[in-house]
Amino acid sequence: MNETICRRGPDETMIQLKDVYKSFGQNHVLRGLNLEVKCGESMVVIGGSGTGKSVLIKCVIGLLQHDRGEIFVDGQEISHLSEEEWNVLRKKFGMLFQRDALFDSMSVWENVGFALRRHTKLSDEEIKTMAIEKLKLVGLVNVENRMPSELSGGMRKRVSLARAIAMEPAILLYDEPTTGLDPIMANVINDLIVAMREKLEVTSIAITHDMVSAYRIADRIAMLFKGEIIEVGRPDEIRASSNVIVQQFIHGEVEGPITRGADFVGQRI
Amino acid sequence: MIPFLNAIGLWVLRFLDESGRVILLFYKTLIWTFRPPFDIRNLLKQIEEVGIKSIPVVLITGTFTGMVLALQSYTGFKRFNAEAFVGTVVALSMTRELGPVLSGLMVSGRVGSAMAAELGTMQVTEQIDALYTLATNPIKYLIVPRFLASLIVMPVLTVFTDVVGILGGYLVSVKLLGSNPTVYLRRTYDYLDLEDIYIGLFKAFIFGMIIAIIGCYQGFNTQGGAEGVGKSTTRAVVLSSLLILIANYFITAMFF
Repeated sequence: MNETICRRGPDETMIQLKDVYKSFGQNHVLRGLNLEVKCGESMVVIGGSGTGKSVLIKCVIGLLQHDRGEIFVDGQEISHLSEEEWNVLRKKFGMLFQRDALFDSMSVWENVGFALRRHTKLSDEEIKTMAIEKLKLVGLVNVENRMPSELSGGMRKRVSLARAIAMEPAILLYDEPTTGLDPIMANVINDLIVAMREKLEVTSIAITHDMVSAYRIADRIAMLFKGEIIEVGRPDEIRASSNVIVQQFIHGEVEGPITRGADFVGQRI
Repeated sequence: MIPFLNAIGLWVLRFLDESGRVILLFYKTLIWTFRPPFDIRNLLKQIEEVGIKSIPVVLITGTFTGMVLALQSYTGFKRFNAEAFVGTVVALSMTRELGPVLSGLMVSGRVGSAMAAELGTMQVTEQIDALYTLATNPIKYLIVPRFLASLIVMPVLTVFTDVVGILGGYLVSVKLLGSNPTVYLRRTYDYLDLEDIYIGLFKAFIFGMIIAIIGCYQGFNTQGGAEGVGKSTTRAVVLSSLLILIANYFITAMFF
């Protein structure tokens, strides 16, 4: 369905952010952020609550407009895209939201098949069949006719993931995929994210502050601090990082440069 | 003095900012309304939601308004022997004023609030963001069907209100107060022009726009969880009711 998959080689860049700035009033969230994600790579962005991780991925998919800098998605610069161009580009994306964001007025299969219904001429029967297939892919059977309100948190997350992959996107964005789930369910989601990358060959950016999840799903990890990426590396490189900020974060230490000084107070978004 | 002026300045700025954003949303809605594809399924669903389900409410409102109008004007008119004109007063007030305004206020309470609450909940649970990521414009998908449904349905509801209002007035006058039915109906027909009805329907059409745009605007701009949804809902009803009353005066003055 999507011709961009595998069009680029594994060493080519799929997403690139160059010197990106984003402020909300006096609150400067992104301050000259640089990040490059290769085709087929699983990038995990870690950072404390309120450091602008969500803002980062919302800028990539155009839910927020960045103030300065350039963002390239599949070779296309996105700052000045028209509504129509966005609609074409967004079909390459799938996004898993922090609060799953399922449409609660629709049944599970209608949620999963939403984009198919909007953007293809398939009949409801065909869409339902495809939705059931996608649900199987995330490990759910016999839930297609239920309403989202009848599902548990972990199931809702998986339905949301099935919806995100319904159009076979080239890029998947995960906004805190394991937040609010018990450790076992969190690992189910982590394994699914790994499986998505292997089965669908997608490029992905996940943001999280859950280090267990980060080590499990990442090809590379990037640490976001004060609006900039301060370190990027493979999970083992991050573990062995000499950067004290990275060390404090991954070990969850209360004392350290992140929590020290006036900058921490009121530094929220 | 300076803080006082500051406060006024800030209030004016906020008012202009908000008005500008409502007008912008209205403009975008108009553009998306005429841009294909047209979502008939959603439109029909909204017509049912806004229109069909509002029928009982406006019927009761219209009937009792017509009845009380007949009762009150009879008491007044009797003092100078003009009871025969009760029918005229009921018909003119219902079609020109009370039909559109009361059904507008009832629909704003029933439907405007529901729009703000539903879209507000969707906003705070990221469902509107999810629509964007599924390459679907939320204005096209959520606002346009509600907007069109309100435009189409409000004049129809107003006709219902007018009819049952006049009927209610007739019943009270003829059955309760003993007026002559022939005279009553004659006085109703003779002095009621088609123009009176048109003005009422035009008002209803404008009120439909106000209800949908304000309800959807408040929904889309909801912030801060359940409390935010509550605030948006209240604001939608208060603001659209006030705008209906204000717009009503200006439309009446325009056709005076």
